[in-house]
Amino acid sequence: MSTPQTPVNQELNLNLKEQKYIAAKSYLLGASTDTGLNLYDHLSTILSRVLDQRPDNAVDIFEDLSKDAKRSKFKSNADTVQNKIDQSTEVALAQVQKKLFARAGGEEGEVEPDEEVETPLPNLMELCFFFEQAGIGLNREEIYRVWLALKGLVDSHPLQHVRFWGKILGTEQNYYVAEVEYREGDEEEEEEEETDEHAEEETADKEGEEEGEEEEQEEDDTPKPDFKPPPVVPKEDNRTGSNKKVYFVCNDPGKNWQKLPTVTPTQISVSRQIKKFFTGRLDAPVISYPPFTGNEANYLRAMIARISAGTNISPLGFYQFDEEEEEEEEGAARDNFVENLDFEGIPVRDLVEPSLNNWVHHVQHILPQGRCTWWNPVQKTEDDFEDEEEEEEREEPDEPEPEVGPPLLTPLSEDAEIGNMPPWTARLSSSLIPQYAIAVMHSNLWPGAHAFASGKKFENVYIGTGHKYSQENFSPASPPAIQEEFPSGPEITEAEDPTPEEEAALRAAQQEAAEAAEEMEEAEEEEEEDD
Amino acid sequence: MESESLHLNIDYVGSSGVILSPEQKTALQTSLKILQSENKCHKVYFWGKILGIKDDYFIAQGVERDEMSGKRTFYSKDCFHWGLLPPASKSMRENSKLAKGRFTGDASYEFEHTESKKLGEGEDATEEEETVTIKEEDRLASVVAEIDEDVCIVPRASFIRTPDGEVIANRSFEGLTVSEAAKLCAYMHFREPNNLKEKSLLHKANLEKSIDFMDVLEDDIPKGSWSLQFERGSGLVTLRSLLWLGYVFYHIPGTRKFGSVYVGTGEKNMDLPFML
Repeated sequence: MSTPQTPVNQELNLNLKEQKYIAAKSYLLGASTDTGLNLYDHLSTILSRVLDQRPDNAVDIFEDLSKDAKRSKFKSNADTVQNKIDQSTEVALAQVQKKLFARAGGEEGEVEPDEEVETPLPNLMELCFFFEQAGIGLNREEIYRVWLALKGLVDSHPLQHVRFWGKILGTEQNYYVAEVEYREGDEEEEEEEETDEHAEEETADKEGEEEGEEEEQEEDDTPKPDFKPPPVVPKEDNRTGSNKKVYFVCNDPGKNWQKLPTVTPTQISVSRQIKKFFTGRLDAPVISYPPFTGNEANYLRAMIARISAGTNISPLGFYQFDEEEEEEEEGAARDNFVENLDFEGIPVRDLVEPSLNNWVHHVQHILPQGRCTWWNPVQKTEDDFEDEEEEEEREEPDEPEPEVGPPLLTPLSEDAEIGNMPPWTARLSSSLIPQYAIAVMHSNLWPGAHAFASGKKFENVYIGTGHKYSQENFSPASPPAIQEEFPSGPEITEAEDPTPEEEAALRAAQQEAAEAAEEMEEAEEEEEEDD
Repeated sequence: MESESLHLNIDYVGSSGVILSPEQKTALQTSLKILQSENKCHKVYFWGKILGIKDDYFIAQGVERDEMSGKRTFYSKDCFHWGLLPPASKSMRENSKLAKGRFTGDASYEFEHTESKKLGEGEDATEEEETVTIKEEDRLASVVAEIDEDVCIVPRASFIRTPDGEVIANRSFEGLTVSEAAKLCAYMHFREPNNLKEKSLLHKANLEKSIDFMDVLEDDIPKGSWSLQFERGSGLVTLRSLLWLGYVFYHIPGTRKFGSVYVGTGEKNMDLPFML
């Protein structure tokens, strides 16, 4: 378009300024090779828009205007695509959570018995309120959802006691953890099926092993190692020690609660040596050294047991030992306590004293063995291997020192320090209105574990990644030392090969000796003949 | 997290256990306004909280118009009286790495670190002990600077670099889409780029100069040092740093709302490689 004009312009005898103007305009009119737009039209659109709309400080938003003008060019006016709404995951989750809000009375005719024993459901919002005073906890809406989810759990299981234990942050998803106790006797029913399965598996395993052994005996070829694995520490029964409570977890309130398996001492002791993030999937493998037996559900359960043992605390006097049981045995650690009905509450000022005498642990300490009550491994072995009594006698196993932990309801003042740091930090929730403040405890050993107390109320909660604090960096356990080689002696030492010269010398010597012997024999024979 | 709407935005990180008590919220609302006007800041951000044994430090940052270079850090123990932290110099940051353990909550506390050096060789070697003292205030300043450098992130295109080098908020940023928000390459470190220069020419040719002037999270080492989760379905995306446990970033896809906060002990997670 501009090329034919150039000669015309020259013909018109335009002056220099006009020629320059026309050259500039033709440049501005040049269409972009990418978009087909040209700058001249674009600028005129923007300017007309600015003059139309007269925005303040037009020069500051010039870039935006320019972008906007460009964008509006491409907008298709047809609305065919825009009306389709994407069924996003947001909707999917809302659908899942919808059932939380279903009313219990919704199903007709089902009249709830009013005389039901007190509902085990805690007043979570009240607890949330107290925790919020201390700046701990979750969103109120989130807590409410958890509360509804807990209600669902209570309705579907025969539970005696329910508590929101806390939230564990994982890398992919998070876990909400509920701590429950079944009503007496009800748990067994529910567990029977599971245990049956387990028992079958175990017997199957044993049979397999026995068969294997028989085969080996028949062949009797390969030497057996005389290594005996140390006896496996048996796990504690339900309702005792580290398996006292049952835990349910879910990834989102509204999704199904999943029951965590019971914990074994091995899992606890291995979990002490490893440090892994939770992924949020219960069936995820735990890849670690030393190897962890079980998947993430077991690891989670082990960590919950450890965190509970370390951080579940209550004001002194809230719980007391059952007086009847007290007389039973002096030596055995008491593991049962009852709520003290006469508890009056401890003044908040006393609760935040740095001596921490007014707080006690109400969950049993877990011994290094991984159990709450010590189990003697030696005694067990003697019972098991009675046939091998001789061996046992020869070896004279040392009587192991029983591991002892602090008894239940020990004050926090007995807790070990971390380096030179106190294990707990006690604070008042408010410095401006101390009259109504509550006492708050933060654990320094398990960052994320908190407790509050106010009057007769107290509660513990854990919100964190589920790791213990240590001042030193974590270093994974080193692999065991390399096994010793067979002791070297003359019988297995390789001698140097003789050189050809040595061989020749030896051969010559042998020959000489043989000749000499022959001569001797001959001589003897001659002598004999002579005789 | 912008102080303007702190009381609303703090709810977005609540699911990570970051909560302010009503008292703290109220105090911050008042005091941050005063802080902003007294120090003539363009904007004030609530940066987070560093948990100490006796007391916690609340941290706020005042920024100039250029949000990347003009930063001042303030700290407070009661959410009301703010003190200016010294800018973290290089030697300060080196030294503060030697300090072990948690913050105490007393800004004048001095950490001590003894290092034994060997002088001479062979039998004449003598050990000499050198003690470095690190003031807690300096350590606090260095840790804040470290965290800003290591994990402070923003969504892509939320900030632009103007032709004269200023980094300012992008007026036309309209949020990431849900599918973008699920990718780590849509988030950038809010700092001068470290590994942008090492990219291939081919890669650099595709970058938008005014937007892609920072490092993206995708290149972070080790892989998996960020935990990206959608909450409320896809209504809220949360990124948690596993390197600095306690750093939480949130963004609501499709809106301009984003922010981050750090609530933690102020200790870097050096065990990260073993924990993944």
